[in-house]
Amino acid sequence: MVEPLLIIDNLHKRFAHVEVIKGVSLTVGKGEVACIIGPSGSGKSTLIRCVNALVPFEQGSIKVLGIEVNDPKLDKLQLRKHVGMVFQQYNLFPHRTALQNVMMAPIQVLKRNKPEVEAEAYALLKKVRLEGKEHSYPGELSGGQQQRVAIARSLAMKPDLMLFDEVTAALDPETVGEVLITIRQLAEEGMTCVLVTHEMGFAREVANEVYFTDRGVIVEHAPPASFFANPTDPRTKAFLSQVL
Amino acid sequence: MRVILPLPEVLQRESSRALPVIRLSWRHGILLAGLLCLFTIAADAAGAAPVRSSVFAVLARWTPLLLHGFALNILISILSMAIGTALGAFLGLALISPDRPLRGAAWGVTQFFRNAPWLVLLFFMIFILPYHLHIGSFSFVLPDWSKAVIGLSLPVMANVAEIVRGGVQSIPKGQWEASESLGFTRHQQLWMIILPQAVRRMLPPWMNLYAILTTSTTLASIVGVNDVVTLAGQVLSAEGSRPDLLAPIYGYVLIMFYVYIYPIAWATRRLEHKYQVHN
Repeated sequence: MVEPLLIIDNLHKRFAHVEVIKGVSLTVGKGEVACIIGPSGSGKSTLIRCVNALVPFEQGSIKVLGIEVNDPKLDKLQLRKHVGMVFQQYNLFPHRTALQNVMMAPIQVLKRNKPEVEAEAYALLKKVRLEGKEHSYPGELSGGQQQRVAIARSLAMKPDLMLFDEVTAALDPETVGEVLITIRQLAEEGMTCVLVTHEMGFAREVANEVYFTDRGVIVEHAPPASFFANPTDPRTKAFLSQVL
Repeated sequence: MRVILPLPEVLQRESSRALPVIRLSWRHGILLAGLLCLFTIAADAAGAAPVRSSVFAVLARWTPLLLHGFALNILISILSMAIGTALGAFLGLALISPDRPLRGAAWGVTQFFRNAPWLVLLFFMIFILPYHLHIGSFSFVLPDWSKAVIGLSLPVMANVAEIVRGGVQSIPKGQWEASESLGFTRHQQLWMIILPQAVRRMLPPWMNLYAILTTSTTLASIVGVNDVVTLAGQVLSAEGSRPDLLAPIYGYVLIMFYVYIYPIAWATRRLEHKYQVHN
């Protein structure tokens, strides 16, 4: 067993009177990729938003590199230096170029010096295969390109854990592939990733562990080979028969 | 300062009732000019007595004075807009503050000054502010027009506050989430991410507000300021209160406002269109 990087223990989350997460526990080791799949409204997005404290939760524990997220005295900045997040809607800053989007957080948040950050930003954009698009504004880029800028923007903070929240769900089918290639490349380099996804084929290829959630609980989890070949729970079977 | 920084949760409130939008086209200008000429010619034809000067001559004679008065209207509008915008920016940020008491207080102030009749606020300021102002050993007379500036800047403040709130709230929640997850502080989020985008959207309603304010400066004539409308009345009495001059002189004043406001209305429309396309 590799050293655990993310430990979620008995997490509960309530919105007003509706409990959307009812006791979820999972562990992701350093360098591992966990895929969370499940029907809409099963609490997948809320779950990963809890991990970087975008959403507060009432009960349970989340530890990232030993930092307890459910701590009233949590240093959120410290947590967010370790956790990067990519969203379904990209959420790039539309008034800044691709390069500036990538450079902003290291300069403003980490107070690093500009020439150094700029060199890294060029390298990151090259890595996500957006060479030549450095000075384009988000509005001038395709969805797939914007999403890759968003990935580069998160990587610029040098996180230890990357969260992907249905990052291909808003994309045209033909640009999904280019984003998945980038994520796979990251996984192969040993980045620890938690993905909420509807891309079953991709989950099968890159995941170390696949989690199936429904109505706020993890129904079943297994390495992808056995998960997709021999699902045991009837709900998992029903879901997989619909999407595969 | 910290308490007036907004949280995304506070931003999901109802959108505001907007001020009427000033829509001027060049046709309005032609219509006005046409009417003025018509009135003038009609007035000349009616009053054929030789001792009287023609209406055009009257208008020409009094133009410098009327323009002088109009300049005061512009001065009042610019000063009230500046004061109202400065105060309104703070009030607007308070409206989206996560701090409940502050938000409530700001809401109360905004509602009060947005819904109070502008003329009532003007009267209030005229009577509430002293005639002499003493600061230390200095004592100076507060002219009436400066009281009008303060009176008009209050409703402007409340409307600017609503514009600021609306502009900030129009920015998608994802912008807050993305910047928050990158570790930006709330202060940085607001000033580096949200406001630079929101200001562009605030500009058209802000310019519209200025156009409305400019027309409302004529209210100052009621409280005794020598603005263009007051002067127009004085011109009428100086000319012996000829009824045939009434329409031409006030029509002339109307045209001054049209000429000043039309470019603003035009630019507002252009900006609105531009940002609609880009967002």
